[in-house]
Amino acid sequence: MIRFLFKGLLRDRSRSLLPILVVTAGVTLTVFAFCYVNGILGDMIEFSAKYTSGHVKIMTRAYAENKDQVPNDLALLEVNDLISNLHDDYPKMEFVQRISFGGLLDAPDENGETKKQGVVVGMAADLISENTKEIERLNLDGALRKGRFPEKSNEVLLSDEFATKLEVSPGDKVTLITSTMYGGMSIQNFVIAGTIEFGVQFMDRSGMIADISGIQNAMDMNDACGELLGFLEMANYDDIAALNVETTFNEKYTDPNDEFSPVMTRLKNDSIMAGYFEYMDGAVGILISIFILAMSIVLWNTGLIGGLRRYGEIGVRLAIGEEKGHIYRSMILESIFVGIIGSFLGTIIGLGFSFWVQEVGINIGEIMKNSKMMVPSVFRAHITPTAYYLGFIPGLFSVVLGTMLSGIGIYKRKTASLFKELET
Amino acid sequence: MEQNSLININNLVKRFPVGKGEFTALNGIDLTFETGEFAGLVGPSGSGKTTLLNIIGSLDTPSDGSVNVIGQDIANLNIKKAAVLRRQHMGFIFQTYNLLPVYTVYENIEFPLLLLKMSGSDRKKAVMDALDWVGLTDKIKSRPAQLSGGECQRVAIARAMVKKPELVLADEPTANLDAANSHNILKMMAKLNKELKTTFIFATHDDKVIQYLKRKISLEDGKIVNDENVINKGE
Repeated sequence: MIRFLFKGLLRDRSRSLLPILVVTAGVTLTVFAFCYVNGILGDMIEFSAKYTSGHVKIMTRAYAENKDQVPNDLALLEVNDLISNLHDDYPKMEFVQRISFGGLLDAPDENGETKKQGVVVGMAADLISENTKEIERLNLDGALRKGRFPEKSNEVLLSDEFATKLEVSPGDKVTLITSTMYGGMSIQNFVIAGTIEFGVQFMDRSGMIADISGIQNAMDMNDACGELLGFLEMANYDDIAALNVETTFNEKYTDPNDEFSPVMTRLKNDSIMAGYFEYMDGAVGILISIFILAMSIVLWNTGLIGGLRRYGEIGVRLAIGEEKGHIYRSMILESIFVGIIGSFLGTIIGLGFSFWVQEVGINIGEIMKNSKMMVPSVFRAHITPTAYYLGFIPGLFSVVLGTMLSGIGIYKRKTASLFKELET
Repeated sequence: MEQNSLININNLVKRFPVGKGEFTALNGIDLTFETGEFAGLVGPSGSGKTTLLNIIGSLDTPSDGSVNVIGQDIANLNIKKAAVLRRQHMGFIFQTYNLLPVYTVYENIEFPLLLLKMSGSDRKKAVMDALDWVGLTDKIKSRPAQLSGGECQRVAIARAMVKKPELVLADEPTANLDAANSHNILKMMAKLNKELKTTFIFATHDDKVIQYLKRKISLEDGKIVNDENVINKGE
């Protein structure tokens, strides 16, 4: 019987080809949209992880409570010992020191008098040690516009726009006026090694990147840093692995009675990142729901049209003695077949598109030029294992739901009218 | 009334709601059909012949009276049991053939046997026999769209007869056929009736069909006005 029904399904293109095309198109869109959203949010998360939050972040408990104020007076101390212990505890992870700072940057003229001044938003990272991966991690290679990367602790990178505003070039000296971690005033000269373009207006307006040792020196933070960022072995954030690290670290190192004891938070618990993750989960749910709803309506309609076309066939089947439930179930069986084929094709095509966008990317630099968000300028799709089966959920569900709705008419049909109905 | 007859109808009444009132389509019908009859319900439109055919075919239920078809009380059959009765014991022939367009002649005839869950080899033999009865063994792989009207109706007859039912109900089976095809079809049905002892009941007002009937039951305004055995061309 099943073979008989499938023969009919394959031969009748209006009840196989059309619904399969509809499901294929919908699943293609769903898979591609999922991979694209996944890619965008994943890129944003990774971008933020590399710049600000790491996959995990270690601060003192007091710093963590006021982290929005970047309170360097509550910085971690004896950092080198802590990193050494962390390498023993988590040998596959990498931990890097970061200091966020602010202040005034003074550009002197040839007489040493102030030529221009501007408020600076700075970040210190390890730029000059032999095995550092920070330049690669912060994607500075592609951002360098003039000059070179720092080779000494007193050399810095300035945003290209900020350098233009201060009328300075690589090789020029600038003076950072800020405070030490103990509250004293700090005035330190730096040499501009190069200029960079972050591609993010927020950073381009007044950004500066300095080597960690230079800033530690300037801010009297020897063997101290504001934050220790930890990166998992895998390229993309894995919340389960991060949670495991977070739990074991806090159990071992955090002392609830010592506000200067280190505490670890994982990326998903970061106030901004948590929103991204919620958005990511929500976006996928919304995407699937919209697809199911829209496709169900389309396929319901297709089913109704098909039902009209098959009115005679169903009538004959009822008259011959096939039960209504049997006809209804056979139609659902057909729809499952259509759903599987359509979902399979849609997944293949959707993954194909996604792979292309994953490799090539879409440059949104022009669109985002006024953005204050730290986002990458090229968005890429990201194919995850979920993308391989995600399309089957809405693909199958919508076509079955559409058929179930349209097939209700079978139960409403009165056998007493069959002879009359089948006359035409 | 013969209790062992194929069909026993006793004081059958069928009413349909019309607006706030009721319309009586059949009123006090008493009939008995024996195995092997070749009978016709004859009458003008609205006389109640299709309604009676519906009730005999378990497609509808009586309002009053009793209808017993092949040992089953039609009034007390639920939808499932009615479907089983039709599936196992009845064949239907429609005015417009109603073949399944995407299936071949062979598959159209095979369909009722699939519902009976017959084995593949038994199905094949039964379908080939049915094709032989209606003379369409050379059209096995044709689709309905490739056949003439007469051939389509022969396929419909084969589909109705393939499971060798006790009863075949035919509603205006020649209405869409020309005279030559109508006679061929009727001769074929008369032959099958004779050879297989299948009971045929027609609803018709076509004189060509009436010529072939062995029993003519005339209906008018829902009542039997005449019930007579006749000598006809099929003899």
